[in-house]
Amino acid sequence: MTDQEIVELINKSLAEEFELDPAMMTPDVHIYEGLGLDSLDTVDMVIVLEAAFKFKVREEEEIRKIRTLGDIHRFVINKKKAIEQQV
Amino acid sequence: MQLRRVVITGMGSVSPFGRGVASLMDGLVSGRSAVQYLPELENIKGLRTRVAAKVTRVDPMEIPRKHRRSMSAMSIFAVLAAQEAVAQSVVSAEHLENGRLGISLGSTVGSTQTTEEFFRDFFVDFSLERMKSTVFFHIMNHSCASNVAQALGVTGRILAPAAACATGCQAIGYGFELIAAGKQEMMLCGGADEFHPLTAATFDVINAASTGVGDGPERKSRPFDRNRDGVVCAEGAGIVLLESLDSALDRRAPILAEVVGFATVSDSSSIANPNEVAMERCMRWALNEAAVSAEEIGYVNAHATATEQGDIAESEAIYRIFGDRPPVSSLKGHMGHTMAASGSIELIASVEMMRRGMVIPTLNLDEVDPACSPLRYARSVEEAEVDAFIKNSFALGGVNSSIVVRRYRHD
Repeated sequence: MTDQEIVELINKSLAEEFELDPAMMTPDVHIYEGLGLDSLDTVDMVIVLEAAFKFKVREEEEIRKIRTLGDIHRFVINKKKAIEQQV
Repeated sequence: MQLRRVVITGMGSVSPFGRGVASLMDGLVSGRSAVQYLPELENIKGLRTRVAAKVTRVDPMEIPRKHRRSMSAMSIFAVLAAQEAVAQSVVSAEHLENGRLGISLGSTVGSTQTTEEFFRDFFVDFSLERMKSTVFFHIMNHSCASNVAQALGVTGRILAPAAACATGCQAIGYGFELIAAGKQEMMLCGGADEFHPLTAATFDVINAASTGVGDGPERKSRPFDRNRDGVVCAEGAGIVLLESLDSALDRRAPILAEVVGFATVSDSSSIANPNEVAMERCMRWALNEAAVSAEEIGYVNAHATATEQGDIAESEAIYRIFGDRPPVSSLKGHMGHTMAASGSIELIASVEMMRRGMVIPTLNLDEVDPACSPLRYARSVEEAEVDAFIKNSFALGGVNSSIVVRRYRHD
């Protein structure tokens, strides 16, 4: 899976779950102020990402630092690479 | 303590006839049935029910996701009905948010559909890792009341009575009492429910549900009729805005009717079987509180769900108080039994009947069961000058409730 494919899958999954306008989904958009998500949504966001990428990240410290959509992209890309290196 | 007068200044409905009180009345006045054949019920082993009256032509997407995510279908119905009631009553955002407007709204249970979906996934591997954050908000007992409060910005009291089929009637009664006692100025009150096969199964397992398709779905719900075969389940929401008379007059709100009496009693003789003595007691207490005599009641809106025991017991209870004078009908012939919503949807329809000077009959009542007492069963739409009516709702669990409503008089 390329980085671009990862980004597209993230955006598609989050847009479907949270009914987001794809035009708003730029890397610099803030997930709270920009996309209008809240604390309940971030719980579901983790579930959506876990389902899309078949990994478990709920307990990861890094996930609490996410503020922008670009942060999510980087987090998932790095997580996928880390998993691939372990295999 | 001096009790305050309480009036209805807004009404909203989502029923098997669609969205709005207007569509509800169109369906009832034209004598249509909203009962449908549900082919998916064929796939449930042991379930004999094949029909129900479900809500159609409602678009949940008009509710913003932020609010909709915590709602199952019943809360969506309730919010849309509440919005209609608020609009009719011309309630401002300031009223909704000032803490003097509360909500009394219940359902039979939380969302069975959401509960099923959760456990269907949970039992795959006994994992909670896929559990969405909003599951609880769908299944909590006060889901409808809380969701309406969130969607409308209500900051007053939240009350979520649950008494199965008596829920809507009780919710209105408790809201009436809160306003009468001066605890709240306005209350959005009613009931809501969503259809799930387990609802039908609840009645089917005790041999109280309509089974099969018979002469067609539209003929299946037949309260008081000799050939009835049980409850046809339905869904929807009915919401009334109750308000102190002083408040309604101050802000020149439309006064649709006055709630004058409410009673609810426990029938401890059985958790399942209706009893005419407890039903009679409930109606008499409601009349007594209303200071309305039996002779003043111009219409009886019966609970009558088309079960043999329930119809016979209620007809006898009505007969003991009113004899064969006032017209009596059950609206469940048209739209089945909307469960927790039935008390409020049917009360709304009864208010509209009073305002329009008419009585709507029981659909599919072709031949009155000779075991039922000899009431004046309304058999066709008739003109009637009704100044006051009584609305009954009786529930499994031995909970009876009755409300007396009269035309508003400025005196």
